[in-house]
Amino acid sequence: MAQLVCSDLTLGYEGHAVLSGLSFSVNAGDYLCIVGENGSGKSTLMKTVLGLQKNLGGSIRWGDGLRENEIGYLPQQTIVQRDFPATVWEIVLSGCQARCGKRPWYTKEEKELARQNMEKMGITSFRDRSYRQLSGGQQQRVLLARALCATRKLLLLDEPVSGLDPKVTAEMYDLIESLNREGITVMMVSHDLAAALRYATHILHVGREVFFGSIEDYRKSDFARRFLPGEGGTEHA
Amino acid sequence: MLDTLRLYLANSFVMNALIVGTLIALCSSLLGVTLVLKRFSFIGDGLSHVAFGAMAMAGVLHLSNDMLFVLPFTILTAVLLLRGGKNAKVQGDAAIAMISVGALALGYLMLNLFSKSSNLSGDVCTTLFGSTSILTLSSMEVWLCIGLSIAAVVIFLLFYNKIFAVTFDEDFARAAGTKAEAYNLLIAVMIAVIIVLAMNLVGSLLISALIIFPAMSAMQVFRSFRGVTICSAVLSVTCSLVGMLISIIGSTPVGSTIVAVDIAVFLIFAIIARLGRKGS
Repeated sequence: MAQLVCSDLTLGYEGHAVLSGLSFSVNAGDYLCIVGENGSGKSTLMKTVLGLQKNLGGSIRWGDGLRENEIGYLPQQTIVQRDFPATVWEIVLSGCQARCGKRPWYTKEEKELARQNMEKMGITSFRDRSYRQLSGGQQQRVLLARALCATRKLLLLDEPVSGLDPKVTAEMYDLIESLNREGITVMMVSHDLAAALRYATHILHVGREVFFGSIEDYRKSDFARRFLPGEGGTEHA
Repeated sequence: MLDTLRLYLANSFVMNALIVGTLIALCSSLLGVTLVLKRFSFIGDGLSHVAFGAMAMAGVLHLSNDMLFVLPFTILTAVLLLRGGKNAKVQGDAAIAMISVGALALGYLMLNLFSKSSNLSGDVCTTLFGSTSILTLSSMEVWLCIGLSIAAVVIFLLFYNKIFAVTFDEDFARAAGTKAEAYNLLIAVMIAVIIVLAMNLVGSLLISALIIFPAMSAMQVFRSFRGVTICSAVLSVTCSLVGMLISIIGSTPVGSTIVAVDIAVFLIFAIIARLGRKGS
């Protein structure tokens, strides 16, 4: 059974539809890349799936034992965070907040989980460093560790490599791929079509026309021909 | 000098003032960190002017207890500001500036038109800059201050982790099912309460200093949220106590003396931070 089924979704702000008639599903272990031009509604789709804003139409259903607040979300960085005085530990631990519910403190198990995820992301040695002193790639690892504290099943990543240099970008993609191989479903908004084609199992292309399907079908489709440079394309994504 | 101090401390009014002042300083610094980091500092400033307007209105209406009127009025404004802040037609910061100066002007106008006090400019000065009002608190006001301060500290401690989560990343918190709106509301209400309490100590024009300076000083030096929060609380309490004692000994105005101490500490911390960065 699918972890997430969206059918005939209409997205937008204050009654203005940005996208409509969107249907797709995500199964456990999938690696779905959401691509499309700027302003095509990729981030709106993310926010709607997360329940941060209401869909104007259609339905979003969670399945396979996954609940709405069991998603690990990696948002785009905000200005507030850039010089925020918080240690890596404080931020990673805050990923457990959904597990707390109304309890005001974190339990031993939750702290252990935060510790394990820091180990997994290779940031244990930064534990007491301040977030604002870290490099862009290190900051993303911290936020990924936090997202892992919130989920064991599904990661939602909003442009996880934006602003990173090529070497760090490649490391980030490898990290995400290794998590996917461990069985965590990945949904990623991306500008980087080449990387999407390399890593993803499924593509959701949003814009005036919508494509949803496996990576093989996408390669054969008109979309790939139009948007991929070097494969007979004329237009760049 | 010590004799003067001992003489004053024997006075129950002075003791009350010190207790209330310390508690207010503690509360304002705790939330100050969140307010500064959430870029809400200007809301604090706007609310303090609204509280002045409400105080003037209470004076005109000849209410026996100002606080019981000013408190709900300020809380209501805080809630409205936060609600409207996100989707208002008028830009958020402009709206707050309008409300803030509007309340200040209307408050002063009302005092001029309706007040029967013989010492109007003295009254206004007291409300704006605090001066001696903390020494003239009734016992009921003292207990109200103590009760509300303790409530604010307890609530802050209970929701510390959630407040951190919502301050650092509201979207993530909401995606994790944390009711960010509810916590924003809680923060706004607590700020309103603290501002009304702090009016007694430093007056409505200087409240922002009490909220912002300790947080900014702490952020210069400390790296963790917890460190910043604790340091901010310690600094705020210390500065307020020192400020109050100086004002007793040197008979300077309480509010501005406290703020002057806060400024001095901020400068010291800024220098320490700069030296630390060069050293490392």
